[in-house]
Amino acid sequence: MGNSIFVRNRSVPIFIGVLALVALAVTFLSPAYGTGAVSVSFTKILGMTLCLCLAALAMDLVWGYCGILSLGHFAFFGLGGYMIGMWLMTARTEAVIRANLAESPIPPTEGEVSQATALQIFSVVGAEDWPWMWAVSDSLILSLLLVMLVPGLLALVFGWLAFRSRVTGVYLSILTQAMTLALSLYLFQNDTGLRGNNGLSGLQNIPGADAIGQERLSVWFFWASALALGLGYVGAAWLVSGKFGSIVRGIRDDELRVRFLGYPVEVYKLVVFTVSAMICGVAGALYYPQAGIINPDEIAPIASIYLAVWVAIGGRGRLYGAVIGAAAVSLLSTWFTSGRAPNVDLGFYEINWIDWWPVLLGLGFVLVTLFAPRGLAGLFDYLVRKEDT
Amino acid sequence: MSTLLEVQGVSVTFDGFKAINNLSFTIGLPELRAVIGPNGAGKTTFMDIVTGKTRPDAGTVRWGEMGHSLLSMSEARIAREGIGRKFQRPTVFEDQTVRENLRVSLKKPRGPFSAMFDRVTPEDTARIEEIAAEIGLSDHLNRKAGILSHGQKQWLEIGMLLAQDPRLLLVDEPAAGMTTEERNHTADLLKRLAKNHAVVVVEHDMEFVRRLDCRVTVLHEGSVLAEGSLEHVMGDERVIEVYLGR
Repeated sequence: MGNSIFVRNRSVPIFIGVLALVALAVTFLSPAYGTGAVSVSFTKILGMTLCLCLAALAMDLVWGYCGILSLGHFAFFGLGGYMIGMWLMTARTEAVIRANLAESPIPPTEGEVSQATALQIFSVVGAEDWPWMWAVSDSLILSLLLVMLVPGLLALVFGWLAFRSRVTGVYLSILTQAMTLALSLYLFQNDTGLRGNNGLSGLQNIPGADAIGQERLSVWFFWASALALGLGYVGAAWLVSGKFGSIVRGIRDDELRVRFLGYPVEVYKLVVFTVSAMICGVAGALYYPQAGIINPDEIAPIASIYLAVWVAIGGRGRLYGAVIGAAAVSLLSTWFTSGRAPNVDLGFYEINWIDWWPVLLGLGFVLVTLFAPRGLAGLFDYLVRKEDT
Repeated sequence: MSTLLEVQGVSVTFDGFKAINNLSFTIGLPELRAVIGPNGAGKTTFMDIVTGKTRPDAGTVRWGEMGHSLLSMSEARIAREGIGRKFQRPTVFEDQTVRENLRVSLKKPRGPFSAMFDRVTPEDTARIEEIAAEIGLSDHLNRKAGILSHGQKQWLEIGMLLAQDPRLLLVDEPAAGMTTEERNHTADLLKRLAKNHAVVVVEHDMEFVRRLDCRVTVLHEGSVLAEGSLEHVMGDERVIEVYLGR
């Protein structure tokens, strides 16, 4: 298999190797399977970081390779989370209701269980019946399908309208911001069926897995996230390595030339945009069970801008750059904003990192743009090339 | 020789400026045609109209034996119909190798799924190497197009046009930035292509046009001023006036 993706793209075997090493290390340091040096909450943070890396990978496909600066990709990420969240909440709440009603003298009917579950879930927004969008929330298989289908469909419709009208550049970026803002505002309303600003919560409690415990579940989710990231990486590398990748990079660099070669540019953009939205959906569906809660704030416009900043800092158009950027910046962000970073006392002023982290991030972004336009991975490439010569 | 492209009564106005004014133009298959004219005569706009980049305000553009109108087709569709274009400024994918540039141009299905599962067949490789030899880039196949010289980029774009294998080739200033030897090679190549293609060459360089030794169309202020052999049009008083000033 001389044509295999592992041979064609040198970064693929290296990336898979590093990812496997990280997964092994986390396992051996976890409380459930190893020394316990890494806490359950930190295991979850690491697992969530891998999901963010997967979203950044999807962002790199669409921006770094196809030149579409989408500033709405977190909408797809959030939708993936909502889709799996509906199943998690339904199944979990139903199990609790059943346990409670089991003690009553007359066994409850299915209708009573369903009604009680709905009341339990929706009383917080003053409703007591199932909204239409929860129609398949009792089926894990269908919910998993929706994780990919719903973000994919939104991307398909949005992309079709935008690309067909040849909206490009900053105008497209603004439209994508509007899309994620509109979705977030819609979800904030109490009567839309997804519990308004309460969001979906208790997602860390996996139905039927109470006996397993968070110690082991956190490691399992970490593995699942690592697997998804690994598969996503191989898939993305395959997609951009062949003729398809050539055309997509051509669209990024000279869209008109690609048109004059006879390629339907809109269709290619639509494929890349939709595929990357679906990857984001999967990433979100793995992220929120580890985070435990999702609410409309998650898909505020700023979240998608952060995603673009990670990819820019990591380096566009090289896949591993996006992963490095997302991992480095989101972990640093967690460290600085969780109060773990020691405050700096200047005598006349005390720098509190919770307030100053956005400033530091902004400064870092400016510095990278000025001095390393190809991102952190670009510096890395520079060192490797130096060794080669 | 049958008519391949027929442009009739086409006009286009940009902000009140008549770039093309009631232009009519016909080319057959096979045929080699040179289009000359001073700056602003509408040579590039003419190509933009044929390739679908610019929509004319009036007139018709008919294509092929069936006389289909090109005006309702997208640029990509027109390219798939068999019209290839080389731009004035060499436009190649600079971030990609010469081989990749030629590979995306090869005449194969243009859909995204065909592209995803496309494999380089031995025939593809042979064709790419044949074209590379023709355009003198055999030693540069695995180098990025961005590091080529201006002349080599011109060659590469001509190579991409060859790979597309269109029926009609619109070639905008192919000889710019080339040495005399390279110009001669280009002229010979275009003449050879014109044995079984329709080739329209826009060029400023009269020596190059003379070497093409073909029918010449002179454009001026968006319409045809004269048409015929180079000697004939150069002897035309209006052409002399336009070129030398009054």
